[in-house]
Amino acid sequence: MSGGVAAIRGGFDHPMGGDGERKKRRAEEEEEDDEDNDGRGMDAWAWEALQEDEAGLLRPLDSKTLVHAQYRKRLLLRSSAPSSSSSRIQKGLIRYLYVVFDLSRAASETDYRPSRMVVVAKCAEAFIREFFDQNPLSHIGLVTIKDGVAQRLTDIGGSPESQIKALMGKLECSGDASLQNALELVHGYLNQIPSYGHREVLILYSALNTCDPGDIMETIQKCKQAKIRCSVIGLAAEIFICKHLCEETGGSYTVALDESHFKELLLEHAPPPPAIAEYAAANLIKMGFPQRGAEGVISICSCHKEIKVGGGYTCPRCKARVCELPAECKICGLTLVSSPHLARSYHHLFPVTPFDEVSSMFSSKLNQKAPQTCYSCQESLAGHGNKSNLHVTCPKCNQHFCLNCDIYIHESLHNCPGCESHRSLPM
Amino acid sequence: MTAAQSKLYSDDVSLIVVLLDTNPFFWAASTSGNLPFSNFLNQVIPFLNSLLLLNQHNQVVLIATGVNSCDYIYDSAEAGGRNSIDAANVAAISSTILNRLENFVTKDARLAKGSDKAAAGGNGISSLLSGSLSIALCYIQRVFRSGARHPEPRILCLQGSPDGPEQYVPIDSCIVGPQHSAFLQQASYITGGVYLKPQHLDGLFQYLAAVFASDLQSRSFLRLPKPVGVDFRASCFCHKKTIDMGYVCSVCLSIFCKHQKMCSTCGSDLNQSPPDSTRVSRS
Repeated sequence: MSGGVAAIRGGFDHPMGGDGERKKRRAEEEEEDDEDNDGRGMDAWAWEALQEDEAGLLRPLDSKTLVHAQYRKRLLLRSSAPSSSSSRIQKGLIRYLYVVFDLSRAASETDYRPSRMVVVAKCAEAFIREFFDQNPLSHIGLVTIKDGVAQRLTDIGGSPESQIKALMGKLECSGDASLQNALELVHGYLNQIPSYGHREVLILYSALNTCDPGDIMETIQKCKQAKIRCSVIGLAAEIFICKHLCEETGGSYTVALDESHFKELLLEHAPPPPAIAEYAAANLIKMGFPQRGAEGVISICSCHKEIKVGGGYTCPRCKARVCELPAECKICGLTLVSSPHLARSYHHLFPVTPFDEVSSMFSSKLNQKAPQTCYSCQESLAGHGNKSNLHVTCPKCNQHFCLNCDIYIHESLHNCPGCESHRSLPM
Repeated sequence: MTAAQSKLYSDDVSLIVVLLDTNPFFWAASTSGNLPFSNFLNQVIPFLNSLLLLNQHNQVVLIATGVNSCDYIYDSAEAGGRNSIDAANVAAISSTILNRLENFVTKDARLAKGSDKAAAGGNGISSLLSGSLSIALCYIQRVFRSGARHPEPRILCLQGSPDGPEQYVPIDSCIVGPQHSAFLQQASYITGGVYLKPQHLDGLFQYLAAVFASDLQSRSFLRLPKPVGVDFRASCFCHKKTIDMGYVCSVCLSIFCKHQKMCSTCGSDLNQSPPDSTRVSRS
């Protein structure tokens, strides 16, 4: 029994209307310039790199302030949406995520060059690396939908290399997509994970319909009861059933407009989402922190069952050797992590407070006290004349930083140099 | 930073950011011991000069790690740089560094008076290593932004004070360091630097010049001290002692050495029965 679910194509006043219009425009262009089109994909929209200034003359985009403006929008959206920035949001740090790839015939469409499936695979590789970077204690598994059947590509695991290797193998598209089969499969697997883990599914959906053997609403209710958070990233258009699924399970549904937007949306799922407290039991997990052996120590490693010289980590409970961390000791089952792995997750719980912008007018009033250089990189903050360029200041330590340091501090460094360099300030 | 940008930046041009520990509690205690602060500076400042001599385009930045603050002391690229190192220049650099260091230490000591009594741990007062590391990283980011041709940066930490457990959380990556510090051991291992604790401190200049002056490109040809086994153990949040097996709260990832009823960091109730680490299928 196949039931197609109709897609809702946005009208012109629908938020997704621009999406449909743009796709139509893109399809027309592709038909026209098909001959001399190799690698011209990005140039088709070269007019977007220009903008008009006040006199109506064209000039190239000021990318630096644009990048900073985009970053600030992202930051404020993230910190203001659930609650004020001063409260700590609980996040699910130990995540068990299944990524579902749609390999139906819709994934062979070429509106993403060279095809949707290839673009999705490439972005997914970057996503997997970023995911393990931000969530070292989490696990990922891969599932594909092809010919209406969902199959597990890789088992849930904690090492990125094995997942990426499976992804880069030969992937072919055919047949229909079935959302219900994918959800049933993932539901079965996610039932086996420990109770303290957060269960998540991320579906990368290219099709516009789903062919299901039963009632998908029942499956959605089953997932909701099993506390699985389902999110979908659509590549075609907004579909009601995906929206319903995400709303019921508390996930997020987004539709990508083009390749770079798709990558952006995908990478947004790498940081841990806000957790609903009842979803995972709070437990004390026994973990070991192994020491790394010195170079020249000879032992038999328990993961490859062969003799290895040097390096390696010794399980503190059973003294077996493992090759890399984080891992589970094969002999005694103890979870082994290193303290840097745990430290990498702390910044999700204690984020750096967003800095406040300082306009040039403000600093010209207190001209004597305005600092001339960024506190962290010593770059000059002085602009034209006496006014200083746009810069930011930390609300806790009152140090001034330039825009580039602002982006770096909040996106990579995760601690404010001013606050860290002053002992008298409470953390 | 003149016209010498195009061909002359080969891969052995380095930018070395030196983080100097100026913790007065540590240096006062070691005066009678191995290395007084004046002798230490006597070794480090010629080393900085020798780094500048190794390559015309090398750049050295000195950041001081104090007890209550961190600050830039010397940047060889500022104020027009220098065209050639000669005797007058070397003396000027040394006196600049010494003057600014003295100002910094006085300012640092003054800042201590305002705050309540310093939290002295069991082994002494720690310096703000994470602050100076953050500042060094921001400076290095700025160098990366300055264009395609830039010197290869690395960080050298000269650390004497013990690790501060309250700074356990923010440190995420740094590069080189000589002292038995679990942080710097882990950090050097992760980032591919060299970790060295010299045995004879009066010959510090020789250690510095032999091991740390080599640029990153040449290190693949040199036989440098190998890590003796990195200490990846964590410290528990309740007693601050290093443990190699502990309990981790699944909500906030705080580490405890014994089983507890409630997590002190996030307040979640941990009374639920702890699952064993082996997977049990619950359906």
